[in-house]
Amino acid sequence: MSTGTLFDKVWDLHTTRLLSSGQTQLFIGLHLIHEVTSPQAFAMLRERGLSVPFPQRTVATVDHIVPTENQSRPYADGMAEEMMTAIERNCREFGIRLFQPGSGKQGVVHIIAPEQGLTQPGMTVACGDSHTATHGAFGAIAFGIGTSQVRDVLATQTLSMNRMKVRKVQVDGTLKSGVYAKDVILHILRVLSAKGGVGFAYEFAGSTFSAMTMEERMTVCNMAIEGGARCGYINPDETTFAYLKGREYAPSGANWDKAVAWWKSVASDADATFDDVKTFRAEDIEPTVTWGISPDHGVGVGESLPARESFAKEEWATIDEAYQYMDLKPGQPIAGVKIDVAFIGSCTNGRISDLRETARVIKAHGGIVPAHVKAFIVPGSEAVKVVAEAEGLHLIFTAHGFEWRNAGCSMCLAMNPDKLKGDQVSASSSNRNFKGRQGSPSGRTLLMSPAMVAIAALEGEVTDVRKVLN
Amino acid sequence: MSTITALSGRAVPLRGNDIDTDRIIPARFLRCVTFDGLGEFAFEDDRKQLTAVGKVHAFDEPRFKGAKILAVNSNFGCGSSREHAPQAIAKWGITAIVGVSFSEIFFGNCVAMGLPILRVSVADAETIQALIEADSLAVVAVDLEKLQVSVSGKTFSAQMPDGVRKQFLSGAWDATGELVAGAAAVQATAKKLPYVSNFA
Ligand code: SF4
Repeated sequence: MSTGTLFDKVWDLHTTRLLSSGQTQLFIGLHLIHEVTSPQAFAMLRERGLSVPFPQRTVATVDHIVPTENQSRPYADGMAEEMMTAIERNCREFGIRLFQPGSGKQGVVHIIAPEQGLTQPGMTVACGDSHTATHGAFGAIAFGIGTSQVRDVLATQTLSMNRMKVRKVQVDGTLKSGVYAKDVILHILRVLSAKGGVGFAYEFAGSTFSAMTMEERMTVCNMAIEGGARCGYINPDETTFAYLKGREYAPSGANWDKAVAWWKSVASDADATFDDVKTFRAEDIEPTVTWGISPDHGVGVGESLPARESFAKEEWATIDEAYQYMDLKPGQPIAGVKIDVAFIGSCTNGRISDLRETARVIKAHGGIVPAHVKAFIVPGSEAVKVVAEAEGLHLIFTAHGFEWRNAGCSMCLAMNPDKLKGDQVSASSSNRNFKGRQGSPSGRTLLMSPAMVAIAALEGEVTDVRKVLN
Repeated sequence: MSTITALSGRAVPLRGNDIDTDRIIPARFLRCVTFDGLGEFAFEDDRKQLTAVGKVHAFDEPRFKGAKILAVNSNFGCGSSREHAPQAIAKWGITAIVGVSFSEIFFGNCVAMGLPILRVSVADAETIQALIEADSLAVVAVDLEKLQVSVSGKTFSAQMPDGVRKQFLSGAWDATGELVAGAAAVQATAKKLPYVSNFA
């Protein structure tokens, strides 16, 4: 069993008591909700006559069904309007803060909570959404839950949970030019597999992560779930504190120093022990692109697609299925695969630094998105949009043929009007390449960094971004 | 609260690793405010795609109609946390799932719904699927007390975390009641955490 890790400390601090099942009743410091996984939870509360004892510890926003083009109400999609009305009513009735479109605070739930200073080190964070792992970037233990558990958190501010094992995923060294946080996590997934992390919390440690900005750390932790880990985290440090300082819901004044001292105390001890350790070298990581139907189906942009024999025999059926679905062949280079759609956004890569880097690549390339490619850029939040527009990034995007949208989940999943059609191939900065994920049952997704999506959009095919950066 | 000790019924085998929750219930069916009616859309896109190429998805095969036990392979239910996925499976008629491994969120959702979910070895999962395919009328029995799955005269040992097993056997799989009963302890924990008062 691990000892002295941030996970252990935070778990112990939030342990309320042991339940008769042997599970832990775990206090949840920050509960985030959105319109998709919460209405049934509120219905269950009403059915059972339960109240919400800590309404100030839940924060709501809307992201999945919100259209990114025309946001005027009522929404054209009647069902989307009904879901919107439901969360408005639920938040009103139970006294929960809701960040609405137009408030300046709306956006993808995993982008807005850090942005507002709600996510802080040493917290437990839960949300009815698997990418809650994102918040681990701050040194929080953050996990996705289902709707029955959303009900439990609303009704008690706690969850019934089993303790996880802790695996240290250590990456040391300096990333090469054109290699981003997204490539780091895609590379880790490729090596440790999509199920390698089941039963674990991942502690991302080492000089590569220490050197990352908070936004880069969020990209990494966001996809811990894609490796099977329920949560992933990075120990809080000066980068974390500097990011939080001055944010609306972060501690301030005399309380700031107390907060920093406490945050430091929850970080993993120098002599912490882990259940498992895996190490990587930053220099080995290439710009990575997925070719299949699971986020661990990645290859370096200079590589050819793997033969099924390079996988364990029990994976062969899945690999064959992936090739068939994607209409790609083992041995063919990933570079040059034609794309129809380019999507930059999502809780993985919809932050301001992603948009700045996208603009840099577009300017370095200088071209215009060809007519047969639909490229669009969706800021992760209203606040990201404001900054991007103040910096004139949107003008660069639109001048080069990219559409510029309003904040939301957009084409990361297909619950709003942004969807793939037929068997279109999308270069996407989001986190899932599952069959049908982007809205067409036969649509195909290639995951990559926003910089790689930008150049794929301009070239109309998968291209090594270093071509224009170096 | 109801205890769950054993379940049995005909079964449906669903082969494949890493079957994610987007496949179990595509996102467009998440546009809803209740879980009602999700059953008929379980595996909707996979089913349609197979039909289009002249094949049949297990959930469409008449011989598996009315199945109560679902037999799967590895990393079933990975991806999105949507409880709509196990809800759709349960509303289709499934009362227990047997497989090699499951994503943790999916597993937690099943437990919270009172849907037992058991692990067997890679080889046993395949044998169980083969036995069901050979005889779709065979009754699969899932025993949480003995931690066994049996079908066609063969018995396989199964696993379930001890705490979860206790939850099913004692009827405490719906944790809400016990969590609510701990309200005083919860208040005490909240008082100890400095961030709850924003470090004031
Ligand atoms: S951006 Fe995508 S992954 Fe993130 S919360 Fe929205 S739908 Fe989920």
